[in-house]
Amino acid sequence: MMSTPGETGTEAWPLWEVFVRANRGLSHVHVGSLHAPDADMAVRNARDLYTRRNEGVSIWVVPADAITTSDPDAKGAFFESPAGKNYRHAVYYTKSEGVKHL
Amino acid sequence: MTSPADLSLVGREFSPEEAQFNDLIAEDSRIEPRDWMPDAYRKTLIRQISQHAHSEIIGMQPESNWISRAPSLKRKAILIAKVQDEAGHGLYLYSAAQTLGISREEMTDQLLEGKAKYSSIFNYTTPTWADMGSIGWLVDGAAIANQVPLCRASYGPYGRAMVRICKEESFHQRQGFEILLELMQGTEEQRRMAQESVNRWYWPALMMFGPPDDESPNSTQSMAWKIKRFSNDELRQRFVGMLVPQAEVLGVTLPDPNLKWNEEKQAYDMSEIDWDEFHEVIAGRGPANAERMRRRREAHENGAWVREAAAAYARKQAA
Repeated sequence: MMSTPGETGTEAWPLWEVFVRANRGLSHVHVGSLHAPDADMAVRNARDLYTRRNEGVSIWVVPADAITTSDPDAKGAFFESPAGKNYRHAVYYTKSEGVKHL
Repeated sequence: MTSPADLSLVGREFSPEEAQFNDLIAEDSRIEPRDWMPDAYRKTLIRQISQHAHSEIIGMQPESNWISRAPSLKRKAILIAKVQDEAGHGLYLYSAAQTLGISREEMTDQLLEGKAKYSSIFNYTTPTWADMGSIGWLVDGAAIANQVPLCRASYGPYGRAMVRICKEESFHQRQGFEILLELMQGTEEQRRMAQESVNRWYWPALMMFGPPDDESPNSTQSMAWKIKRFSNDELRQRFVGMLVPQAEVLGVTLPDPNLKWNEEKQAYDMSEIDWDEFHEVIAGRGPANAERMRRRREAHENGAWVREAAAAYARKQAA
């Protein structure tokens, strides 16, 4: 398990991942990262860097080393469980074709 | 099995990870930071993305030169916004490069120590206000022509940074065009100022696409890796094709007596670029190389206490 790419732990200012909510009713979406000495400055820097053109109404910043990611080398095995389970998708059920509102 | 994207692998068996890399490139998918990638691919990207970031940061200087002397409050506000965008572009790109395993500080040091390059266009000076117009129209125009295909670069974080940058660059080019158009609709003296500025920037802007294809040794590999999508000469030719009608709207003359539509080639014929000048500027002997580096180092040194104080404050708050 590891933090997000780019975090080294050796720089004067730590790395933060930035998430922006574009509008009410939408989730915060990852937009990029930046360096800042603390959380307050990270939010301010994120505003200046990622919302210069009304791209958002809300910002989250998260220290990159506080994020745990899945192991990229295990992607096959880790995400295997849905494979072969196409009955979890509506398109698996074809007998109802032509029947309305189904 | 697909043909290898890494040209050094041609003619031998690949490991499973090499095969996966090749397949991702072949199917036009994206390589993400934690994927296996050839060392040379990583190094090429670090070099290209960090040079690109340095260019954005150094690129603030020729224009900031005119912020205090912009002819109106509106133009001043526009110029400040544009220079702020360049800083932002530098930061997006530094972040993208960092995902490849180099730290921000290493990249900054490489620039300050003169070990890293930046686009040689920023070593030209901006003696008149019209140069703000020419930079926007020609320099940002050339940058856009170069950068739009980079939005599809095979390395995910680079492509994503380029998408943001390209969205913002189109304002830069239009505001430059508008500056020149206003000058061209002004007095005789203003028209002359605009034309002289276009004469200064036209050739350096065409040099931004890099050396001709037969002298660009890294291009073949970069294209096989799908970092680069078109050759230097293809992009340069495409750019000139866009400029000609725009120059007509402006009423300026592009300073090339041999510029002529070639019906057979379906492209413009043009004079040979002065590659000696290009190599001189790259070698550090352009009009403003020393000045740009001096100011960058000075800014870094003058900002040291801010970086240190902010880090000290954060440590104290956390304790």
